[in-house]
Amino acid sequence: MKTLISLADRPAGATAGSCAAPPAKAVLRERGQREVFCGLTGIIWLHRKMQDAFFLIVGSRTCAHLMQSAAGVMIFAEPRFATAIIDERDLAGLSDANDELDRTVARLLARRPDIKMLFLVGSCPSEVIKLDLSRAAHRLSQKYTPGVRVLNYSGSGIETTFTQGEDACLASMVPELPAAREAGPSLLVVGALADVVEDQFARLFEAMEIPVRFFPARRSDDLPPVGRDTHFLLAQPFLAETARALEERGATRLPAPFPLGAEGTTLWLKAAADAFGVSADTFDAATQAGAARARHALARHKETLEGKSAFFFPDSQLEPPLARFLHRELGMRLIEVGTPFLHRTHLAEELALLPEDVFLSEGQDVDRQLDRARAARPDITVCGLGLANPLEAEGLTTKWAIELVFSPIQGYEQAGDLAELFARPLNRRARLKV
Amino acid sequence: MQLTVWTYEAPPHVGAMRIATAMEGLHYVLHAPQGDTYADLLFTMIERRTKRPPVTYTTFEARDLGSDTAEIFQRAAREAFDRFSPQAMIVGASCTAELIQDDPCGLAKALGLPIPVIPLELPAYQRKENWGASETFYQIVRAIAGSAPEKMSASTGRPSCNILGPTALGFRHRDDLVEIRKLLSVVGIDVNVTAPLWASPADIARLGAADFNVVLYPEIADLAARHLEKIYGQPRTRTIPIGIGATREFIAEIAALAGLSSEAALADPSSRAPWWSRSVDSTYLTGKRVFIFGDATHAIAAARVAREELGFEVVGLGCYNREFARELKAAAAACDVEPLITDDYLDVEDAIAAAHPELVLGTQMERHIAKRLQIPCAVISAPVHVQDFPARHSPQMGFEGANVLFDTWIHPLVMGLEEHLLAMFRDDFEFHDGAGPSHLGGHGARQAVEPEAPLTTIIPAAPAENAPFEAAAVTAAVWAAEAERELKKIPFFVRGKARRNTEDYAQSLRLQTITVETLYDAKAHYAR
Repeated sequence: MKTLISLADRPAGATAGSCAAPPAKAVLRERGQREVFCGLTGIIWLHRKMQDAFFLIVGSRTCAHLMQSAAGVMIFAEPRFATAIIDERDLAGLSDANDELDRTVARLLARRPDIKMLFLVGSCPSEVIKLDLSRAAHRLSQKYTPGVRVLNYSGSGIETTFTQGEDACLASMVPELPAAREAGPSLLVVGALADVVEDQFARLFEAMEIPVRFFPARRSDDLPPVGRDTHFLLAQPFLAETARALEERGATRLPAPFPLGAEGTTLWLKAAADAFGVSADTFDAATQAGAARARHALARHKETLEGKSAFFFPDSQLEPPLARFLHRELGMRLIEVGTPFLHRTHLAEELALLPEDVFLSEGQDVDRQLDRARAARPDITVCGLGLANPLEAEGLTTKWAIELVFSPIQGYEQAGDLAELFARPLNRRARLKV
Repeated sequence: MQLTVWTYEAPPHVGAMRIATAMEGLHYVLHAPQGDTYADLLFTMIERRTKRPPVTYTTFEARDLGSDTAEIFQRAAREAFDRFSPQAMIVGASCTAELIQDDPCGLAKALGLPIPVIPLELPAYQRKENWGASETFYQIVRAIAGSAPEKMSASTGRPSCNILGPTALGFRHRDDLVEIRKLLSVVGIDVNVTAPLWASPADIARLGAADFNVVLYPEIADLAARHLEKIYGQPRTRTIPIGIGATREFIAEIAALAGLSSEAALADPSSRAPWWSRSVDSTYLTGKRVFIFGDATHAIAAARVAREELGFEVVGLGCYNREFARELKAAAAACDVEPLITDDYLDVEDAIAAAHPELVLGTQMERHIAKRLQIPCAVISAPVHVQDFPARHSPQMGFEGANVLFDTWIHPLVMGLEEHLLAMFRDDFEFHDGAGPSHLGGHGARQAVEPEAPLTTIIPAAPAENAPFEAAAVTAAVWAAEAERELKKIPFFVRGKARRNTEDYAQSLRLQTITVETLYDAKAHYAR
């Protein structure tokens, strides 16, 4: 199944000028087999980011096996996630699923007294049998208050794709955020970032004297306040529900491209600087050194990457910003930019920066997309782990998409690292004589 | 509900994928939501396969539920047929699709495809991976192996067999197969079909042309082999040729089934393990305490090799697949240990800690447990890890397999004379028992347990949190400082046991203080 539509409901190929009215870019929408992870996978980085949170998936053996396979867990220490595996007794009604869940949670919390926030994470099976995890979370929260807060969200594959799991998780936390007292405008950076990146951004905002908090915070007793004076910057492009929930709490989203590459980082910071009335001089003083370092680091990789072609299979919704970075800062050609879901509002600034003739695709029919990739023979193909080795065996150079989600890539200091992730497969191919 | 942090086996549809991926010309249409495609990476990343598994996932979404998931299934099946032109198709549901009860079998039949369409009922909330693989292979054989074809031996004049069991993502199946073919060839037996690995549905149809079946992995092939025995009267082998003794018995078994001499095969000059084990350098292996856990077939075989071919003492034996509990219990009884049948790795960890073994033979999970407990370990069984697909030939079966077992099990241990020197000069600053075997590098590594690269190097592993198992037991008697120092002179791998025995002894005599005297009195008391 496929349909060709255009952004902003304009005919494909129509031209437009400024950021305010982004050019209409044709988008191929496909529906078929998707070679992507479900939202449960987000737990892999969220449980590391939030150090006193535990994620209890209510699901099947498949969920448990997905987590250990995708995360590569062979357990050294107990991870802060687990699966309550639904069995035939639960399905046959021989045991009350809610009682079973309560018993499982009791056992878990007894084992892990360090847990302060527990997420009950819905899965495909729990959604299909309509297990009401929000009621369960409410009940358990009352039981374990004030020691443990119990929240719930769905990471099921029937509802979420890969990074949408983080979106669902953060959205479930928004009602828990304390109300901001009227103390003047403040900035909230939204989306899980590596600690090192978060610290760098904190220093940049400090240099501009912008009061900033990050969401999610590292500890559950440190939730950032939100209110009408809260302006927020999305650090990730996949946070549709979280943004909506924050807006409902009165916060205002600052439209910006995403902080990938020197240009993306500058524009992202600039959006905040403008909203907070930071002078051009202050902004330059705060950002110039970092931007110069980023450009310097990129120059080295540009030699490898300039003029090379890239093809993105859908994975994380990071694809449009990454494509923009590769195209504008490294001079790469974009053959196809596939993304599981294209949020037209949150990505408006990104789309405006992409070339007029960029080929965007949303959703997936993996066999058809593989046909296109094989026909185009890109210099580098960005794809998931299930596709990478088969494509390499066919002679295509690939980049594992998942590394782009699990590595610190945002900000000035990581711009070179990000470029290197794309240069490395080409570099390797050039070195190998086997 | 079962609280699970880690699982030995995947769900049953992954077992079906192992069969489909092993075969040629077969396609699997799996009714499944988005996300279940993660299973592809088991094959493309862990096994480094160069092709995607031949699986089409229907990828239904929440909004399709209750409306047209059935139509989505039919379209996926039709498109898969058009694109891949398989000789046969297997159809089934993953855990979620099982709940929506779309009847993939009926839907696929209704398409009227001109190929055999084999329905799979794999109850995801009751069964697991090995069961799924076994059931899938059986259903394929049942559906396709038709009326008995003419025996291959009728035209060649030589007996022939099928080799049943090797799959994709199998633990050393690729290499075992090479060894088994070698043994069969030396005895003078032709191979009619190997299945499921590399077999097409057309090959399955000619299974009946063999005189008998060689069953390499009962977890996967026993059910199908029993069926073939019933419909074609083909006997099946019972011996799993892991280790010298079992390989010899296997040779005798296939020679008897084929009516040929076993002499040439038994006299394989490349069989080095027996002499390596009898040679004096191996004396130090005598009575080493070994804990064994894995799938039943590999665990049972390892127990025999450990006792009879290396002179170890088996102090624990278990498996994670309940389907083979009976066989495992019999093997445990022969070793005079309690059988451990569980799929909870925390139970296994407790059992290992309690048994104080000097060597653990297990799966990748036991390797991690052993690392945490600072015990040497070798991997003998699935679930597989990228390290279980070495570039080199590394079988478990046959004479070469026995050579490999000797090397891989002995290598992690402290070697012969070094062990004696460690025992004599315990306080040497660079040659102490905490330093670890010198041939394995990383002196001092025993003190700091380092996390190693995880399976797909995605997120750095957490540092070990668990306390070493040797934590002092709560006891009434107090250790005198001198006795505590003396205890440290006892080799680390039996120190825990010595401490426990001494404390039990002291408690039985209601002693307040444990002295050096108590320590040696206890040693004499517990001496065999």
